[in-house]
Amino acid sequence: MKYLCLIYDNESEWLKFPKEVQDKYMGEYTAFGDSIKKSGQYVGANQLQPSHTATVVRARNGKVSTTDGPFVETKEQLGGYYLIDAKDLNDAIQVASRIPSARFGAIEVRPVVERTSA
Amino acid sequence: MQNDVEAHVRDKVDAIYRSDSRRVLATLIRLLGDFDLAEEALHDAFAAAVERWPEDGVPRNPRTWLVSTGRFKAIDRLRRSSRFDSADGAALERFVQDEDPETDDGVEDDRLRLIFTCCHPALSADAQIALTLREVCGLTTEEVARAFLTPAPTLAQRIVRAKSKIRDAGIPYEIPSLSDLPDRLDSVLHVIYLVFNEGYLASAGPELTRESLSAEAIRLGRLLVELLPEPEAIGLLALMLLHEARRVGRTSSLGDVILLEDQDRSLWNREEIHEGVTLVERALTSRRIGPYSLQAAIAAVHAEAPDTASTDWAQIVALYDLLLKAEPSAVIELNRAAAIAMRDGPAAGLKLIDKILAMGDLEDYYPAHAARGELCRRLGRVGDAMAAYKRTLELVTQEPERRFLERRLMELDSRR
Repeated sequence: MKYLCLIYDNESEWLKFPKEVQDKYMGEYTAFGDSIKKSGQYVGANQLQPSHTATVVRARNGKVSTTDGPFVETKEQLGGYYLIDAKDLNDAIQVASRIPSARFGAIEVRPVVERTSA
Repeated sequence: MQNDVEAHVRDKVDAIYRSDSRRVLATLIRLLGDFDLAEEALHDAFAAAVERWPEDGVPRNPRTWLVSTGRFKAIDRLRRSSRFDSADGAALERFVQDEDPETDDGVEDDRLRLIFTCCHPALSADAQIALTLREVCGLTTEEVARAFLTPAPTLAQRIVRAKSKIRDAGIPYEIPSLSDLPDRLDSVLHVIYLVFNEGYLASAGPELTRESLSAEAIRLGRLLVELLPEPEAIGLLALMLLHEARRVGRTSSLGDVILLEDQDRSLWNREEIHEGVTLVERALTSRRIGPYSLQAAIAAVHAEAPDTASTDWAQIVALYDLLLKAEPSAVIELNRAAAIAMRDGPAAGLKLIDKILAMGDLEDYYPAHAARGELCRRLGRVGDAMAAYKRTLELVTQEPERRFLERRLMELDSRR
């Protein structure tokens, strides 16, 4: 099954980290990424620009409205994701728990709807 | 004559349903990979037994017969339903191939798989409880709903959602790996203890105990100890038995609360106490002593004491110290303070309780105010005691507790 691991981090805390802590953290991310590529569980991943760069789009009755920012003010913001291939939820939890941000922020694990191609 | 045979077989089927239907269900869920399909298959299998056994005789191993019949019935259902078109033929094949030579170990593993799946931490606590009582204990949805004072449709919905999460999120039907076991076991123990407490300290309503839930939790605890004799599983079973043993002494025939010190200890169930104490000893020798075992040890000290005065309060305080180290919490601090009051006098206990209340976490926790009221009363501080009991009354929802508090307030009022 495919699972999307959404990474929620506290952006302002992250900016307060000194450079060497940030570097160490990014190093851990590289090592984690390598490990799931090696195990064949990696499908895709991206880091996102900070949440203040976000745009929210709605289309209602043919009218498009565009607003800034995330939907709600929360302490943690979506900062990136991994798309992984895992045997089942327990396997996915295993992988998600090794994402460096799991130690500071939170990882939301969501199964991806798999449509059988007609 | 024919009727006799049928009646005899029906009794036999009923008995097998009671003793083995959960085992058969657990195996069917593994074979079919789907809760609903397995439940239908279970019912089909028992219906087939009622129909065929009077003529064919009761098979030598009824459980194997039921599993294999259930499986074939499920395959029939799948073939007939539109759920399986030709593209799913492979999946169907897989079920057919899946029949395994059944060993008793395998069956017991299936029961454990079912418990761990129903108590998976990815499900909400409410859903874990509902699913466990429904699937592992075999209670009907209506029975679970009544026990939890929840409308049946709400509960049914909760179970449907939990099952679909198991399917859609890919929660596996497996016993957790050794590295995950401690965490996952915690979740199972928590569910069992919540069920027990819901029965023991019904959270609202006129009756203080709802015995069937506690009995169900103890049955679950026994099953878990039998399948997976981990120290904390043993500790939890001991804890539940030691509470249960003292159930009858807790309330009067009118349903009023009786405090520990006033309870008639000859009413306590000695057999359950003996079993509980033996289990505590077994859990404590493991050297991996967890919070349930420590709480059970505390309950054992109470259960074995002839009265409050000769209770070994020093040992109880020492056990609370260990418990606080294992699981720091304000509620445990409060209980420790109450034990200190018994060991060193009410003034020492009150000092600690005031400190705990000042931290704020227990501001709305009625036992904290009730304990404060009791200690003030013992110290003759009537006004403070009344204020504390009045605050308690504002927070309490159970009728018997309210009656107790009102009685206390009246007594105090007459002393002013």
